[in-house]
Amino acid sequence: MTSPLQQKIKITGPSIVTANRTIDGAVIYRTAANGWSTSLSDAAIVRTAEEARALLTESVADDIGAVGAYIAPVEIKDSGKIKPGNLREHIRLQGVTIDLPVSA
Amino acid sequence: MYAYDELDRTLINERVEEFRDQVKRRLSGELTEDEFKMLRLQNGVYLQLHAYMFRVAIPYGTLSSKQLRRLAHVARRYDRGYGHFTTRQNIQFNWIKLAELPDALADLAEVGIHAMQTSGNNTRNVTSDQWAGVAPGEIEDPRIWSELIRQYTTLHPEFSFLPRKFKFAITASAHDRAAIKVHDIGLRLHKNAEGETGFEVLVGGGLGRTPFIGKTIKPYVAGRDLLSYVEAILRVYNQYGRRDNIYKARIKILVHELGIEKFASEVEEEWLAMRDSALTLDQAVVEDVRSRFSYPAYEKLPHMPEELKKAAHDPFFERWRKNSVFTHKVQGYAIVTLSLKPVGGPPGDATADQMDAVADLADKYSFGEIRVGHEQNLALPHVAKRDLPALWKALDKIGLATPNINLVSDIIACPGLDYCSLANARSIPIAQELTRRFANHDTAELIGRLHINISGCINACGHHHVGHIGILGVEKNDEEFYQITIGGRADENAEVGKLIGPAVPYGEVADVVEDIVEAYLALRARPDELFVDTVKRLGVEPFRERVYATR
Repeated sequence: MTSPLQQKIKITGPSIVTANRTIDGAVIYRTAANGWSTSLSDAAIVRTAEEARALLTESVADDIGAVGAYIAPVEIKDSGKIKPGNLREHIRLQGVTIDLPVSA
Repeated sequence: MYAYDELDRTLINERVEEFRDQVKRRLSGELTEDEFKMLRLQNGVYLQLHAYMFRVAIPYGTLSSKQLRRLAHVARRYDRGYGHFTTRQNIQFNWIKLAELPDALADLAEVGIHAMQTSGNNTRNVTSDQWAGVAPGEIEDPRIWSELIRQYTTLHPEFSFLPRKFKFAITASAHDRAAIKVHDIGLRLHKNAEGETGFEVLVGGGLGRTPFIGKTIKPYVAGRDLLSYVEAILRVYNQYGRRDNIYKARIKILVHELGIEKFASEVEEEWLAMRDSALTLDQAVVEDVRSRFSYPAYEKLPHMPEELKKAAHDPFFERWRKNSVFTHKVQGYAIVTLSLKPVGGPPGDATADQMDAVADLADKYSFGEIRVGHEQNLALPHVAKRDLPALWKALDKIGLATPNINLVSDIIACPGLDYCSLANARSIPIAQELTRRFANHDTAELIGRLHINISGCINACGHHHVGHIGILGVEKNDEEFYQITIGGRADENAEVGKLIGPAVPYGEVADVVEDIVEAYLALRARPDELFVDTVKRLGVEPFRERVYATR
C-alpha cells in the first residue's frame, strides 16, 4: 500500500492530521505539541501543503502511538471552534449517527 | 453440531498464543503497523472509523448454545454489549481494544470459535445453507463438505496469499439460500443420471465493484474428487490472477477475461495431472467428518399437535407462525427464523442479553443449536411444533419475533459509514427509516416477498447488486447519494439488478423505495406475482417513469 507520505498532498482549506490510537483504535488528532489528543479542539491546524506534509511526516513517525495517519479538512468557525470538514470526519468525531443497541 | 478434535483445538489455541505474542510486539514497537497489519487481518482484526473491528467466523452458520453464550460474553466483556451478524455467517464486534483482543480470542477458543478465514487474501469462511441438515428435500447435509473444505483450506500455505480473497458457498437444496452464484466458487450438491451424489461447480461469481453471476465450470464432480478439483481451480487462479490491480484481482475478473471455456480447460488440465493424488477423498475420511456432526434424537411427533391448534386462535401468533416458521424434514418439527430486523433497528445486530436468551431458548427448544443466515437473521433448526406457542412468547419478550421474514423490512445492510472506513455513505439509518415506512404488517404482507439490500460503498457487503431493490451509497461533493437498482436476486435464478436512474440524495431514498413499491402494486399481474417477477416481466422502465416523473 502506498505510504501517505508518497501521495500528493492537496489541501484547499484548513486541515488537521488524524489517526487511530494503536492500543484501542480511538480517534485521535495530532497536536501542535508533537502529541495526540482525542479532542479536535487540540488539533494543530495547517493551511498549506508544506505545513500539512510536515505535520503528517511527524505523525507517521509515531508508529507506536498511532495508526493510519492522514490529512483531513476542517472548518474554523468565527468563534474559533474547529469543526470536521466532512461527514466521515463528523462521524469519527461524534460517533455513530444511530442509537447503539442496548440490552433491555 | 460439529465436534472439534484434538488437532482443531490445538490449532486454535496455538493461534491465540501466536497472536498474543504479535500484539505484544506491536504494542511494544517491535512490530511496525506495516508488519503487523497482515497479521491482525489474518486474525479478523480490522481498523474501522472509531475502533478496531473483530470479525469472528461462524463456519457454515452453525453455533451451539455454548458458543453463542460465549459470543455474548465477548460482546459484554470486551465490546459494548452487542454484535453484528454479517452477510457471510460471521459476527463482528465494533469497539474492541487491540490490547484485549488476545484474551477475547482465548475465551472464544475455549468453545471452538476462532477468527481465521475472516480476512486477508486467503480462502474465507465457508458458508452454507442455514437450513442445512433440516431442509426437506435436501440431497444431504452440505455442512459435511463445508467442513471438509474448511479443514483443507485453513492455513493452506499455497492459498494463504492469493491475489485476493476467495469465498466458497455450498448448498444441497433446489432453492439456494446460500447465494452460491455470487461466490468465487459455488457448489451445488445434486445427483447425476446414475443417481450418484456429487457437485455442480460454479466459478467466478461475485459482487463488489464488478458484479458477475457465477458460471458452471463443471456440471458434475464426484465427492471423492471435490478437493482436487477445487485445488485445480485455486491453482489456476493463483497462477494467472492479477496481483497488479486490486480491483481486477478476484477470480471473477480472470474468468471473465479468459472466458469460461478457456478457464475451464486450464482447470481441467491442472486437475487431470493431480486428480488421483493425496487430495482424493476416500469414503472413510468423509465418514469420519460426517461422524463428528451430531444430530438430534427426534421424537415421533404429530404433524399438528394440540398446542398448535389451540394457539392458532391467536392472530398474532398465527401471523408469526405463517411468516417465520418453516417446514422441517422431520414430521412434528419446524425451523424457526428469528428476525434481527426489528422496526427501527440496525439489521443484523443482537445484544448480549438477546444472544444469551436465544442460547437458553435453543437449549430448551432446539437441541442446543442455532443457525446464522446470510440474510442476517438467526434460526432455531429443530423446534417441536408443540413448543411453537411457548417459543413465540419467549421470542416476543426479547424482541426477536418480528414477523417480517422475507418481507420488505427484512433488510440486508452493511455497517456503512457509521462504522466502516471503506464506506462512502450510511446504510443503517436508511434501513431503519425503511423499516419504519413499512412497519405495518398488513401492508408488508400485501407486498409479499421483497428483499431490500443496502451497501454503503461499492464493495457491496450489503449485497445490493442482488437485492430485489438494491441501494448503493455513493458520495458526491461530500454528500451522501444513493444509486437504486431493481430486479436483482441471489437465489438459484440469481441476477444482478439494473439501475433505475440517477442517484438520489439521502433524504429521498425512502420516498423512492415507496414509489417503486407502489408502482409494483399497480403493475403486478396478480397478487402472487412477486416484485422481482414483475420487474422481470416489465423491465425497469415503468418503475423509472414512476420514480423520476416528479423528480
